[in-house]
Amino acid sequence: MSKISPGSVGAVSPQTMHFSEPLEFRSGARLDAYDLVYETYGTLNAAHSNAVLVCHALNAAHHVAGWYADEPDNIGWWDNMIGPGKPLDTNRFFVIGVNNLGGCFGSTGPKSINPKTGQPYGSDFPVVTVEDWVEAQARLADRLGIARFAAVMGGSLGAMQALQWPLSYPERVGHALVIACAPRLSAQNIAFNEVARQAIVTDPDFHGGHYYRHGVVPRRGLRLARMIGHITYLSDDVMAEKFGRELRDGHIKFGYDVDFQIESYLRHQGDKFSDYFDANTYLLITRALDYFDPAADHGDSLAKALARARASFLVVSFTTDWRFSPARSREIVRALLDNRADVSYAEIDAPHGHDEFLLEDARYHALVRAYYERVASSIGAGT
Amino acid sequence: MSSLRADFALIESWIAPGSRVLDLGCGDGTLLSRLKRERGVSGYGVDIADTNVLAALTNGINVIQSDLEAGLNTFTDRSFDTVILSHTLQAMRNTKRIMEEMVRVGLEGVVSFPNFGYVKNRDQVAAGRMPVSEEMPYQWHDTPNVHLCTMADFDRFCSDLGITVIDRRAFTDDREILSGDPNLLGALAVYRFRKR
Repeated sequence: MSKISPGSVGAVSPQTMHFSEPLEFRSGARLDAYDLVYETYGTLNAAHSNAVLVCHALNAAHHVAGWYADEPDNIGWWDNMIGPGKPLDTNRFFVIGVNNLGGCFGSTGPKSINPKTGQPYGSDFPVVTVEDWVEAQARLADRLGIARFAAVMGGSLGAMQALQWPLSYPERVGHALVIACAPRLSAQNIAFNEVARQAIVTDPDFHGGHYYRHGVVPRRGLRLARMIGHITYLSDDVMAEKFGRELRDGHIKFGYDVDFQIESYLRHQGDKFSDYFDANTYLLITRALDYFDPAADHGDSLAKALARARASFLVVSFTTDWRFSPARSREIVRALLDNRADVSYAEIDAPHGHDEFLLEDARYHALVRAYYERVASSIGAGT
Repeated sequence: MSSLRADFALIESWIAPGSRVLDLGCGDGTLLSRLKRERGVSGYGVDIADTNVLAALTNGINVIQSDLEAGLNTFTDRSFDTVILSHTLQAMRNTKRIMEEMVRVGLEGVVSFPNFGYVKNRDQVAAGRMPVSEEMPYQWHDTPNVHLCTMADFDRFCSDLGITVIDRRAFTDDREILSGDPNLLGALAVYRFRKR
């Protein structure tokens, strides 16, 4: 416990909310009942006006901040951002993290039991979209008595949810913090996702997505998927700086085992990931990324798609992010400007690529902190 | 510092209440805050420096971090009533481009810059030295100013670009030059213009 930094929300516990009202998905599929696992930090004020929803990206979940009493090393994925006195200050705001539907950390997903078959859903779990996640999050908000979020915030795929919220529920969100986002994937983005999916579905242990009943997991595929994903999260520069052409054992070995440190690193990341992540969830989440395209229903005009938003926006990008480059964020900014929306945009010159949104960069955190001052004054919770 | 901002009151008088303003090189947002307060304008500041973006955000300004040298391609044609470029033009490399962008994005443009034709600058040049003044407080080897000009130069520049000058004023030590030749007597020039 002594290693826990000051400013942590401390020991937290996940909670589960059961929903028995059917949820219809964008695909037309439906779930008759489902669970959402979530965590909250801070206190909901009497007016229920200080709630902030934090949306997760590909491999994270509801454990956003703090740690678990029985697992003090299991620290929330955005703990540097959220806590007492942190940029998103839990002394002022009531923060919610939720594992999205289709996830593999407790919310109903492919490895949950399908009540119709008594077996895990596997690949029968509906393909979920960002819009569906927002719908499920809104139902959780209803249950928690939150009519309107002071802010919805996320990075990467989480930012897509933060962008979708003011479109799905214009009156239910005051501010959207959209960090390291893209308004839709490029062909290159989809290509990387497809390679990851192919790695999984061609793994002999995949069994058409029903590997649970065979007592195996498509580890090799998941491992490759993570390795390729990881390459896209880092900048060329940071990879060069961190690993360069450094050799693990000091000399090349004229073989195909690990020679270079970068190989060792990627293998390690892949191994770690395949130990805890569900392959079907990976497939489903990459598809949610592929399908996110709010402009599609508006003649490919993002400006028209965002016209219904009533929220104020903070958009942040990172100069070395080539997965969702600053140009992609500027597309969002331009569409918001065309709608005369309240928007601020920061382009942080930082070395780490897409992953930067998770790191503790002083300029980035100062901006988010300043923006939350604005959010706080908008709900009368200013200093 | 106050004389550096002598143009703010004038710019304010040129801005119609409730209009839409884009403030290029907005710094900490002082001018836009003032225009919001006094004129009820809406709009955005643009700046490239991290510290300015943070300061403007803290001051309640909607700020867009962007490099003016790259143009204003995040902004749509004629989407603002007035586009302001205060105390920045002389430090820009792509001078022509930013002027064209200002009249593309805004119905009107406002520019202020130190007038190189000011008599005290001419005196220093006549004495054989590069001018250093309150408006241009830099040594020649250590200045962000790369495109200094006189009011006469700027008049011709506007004409060459097909830009109509609606109004032009000059200030020295916070006071407007109301008689005599502004290009000789004014340390700071302020122009209001639109596309011809």
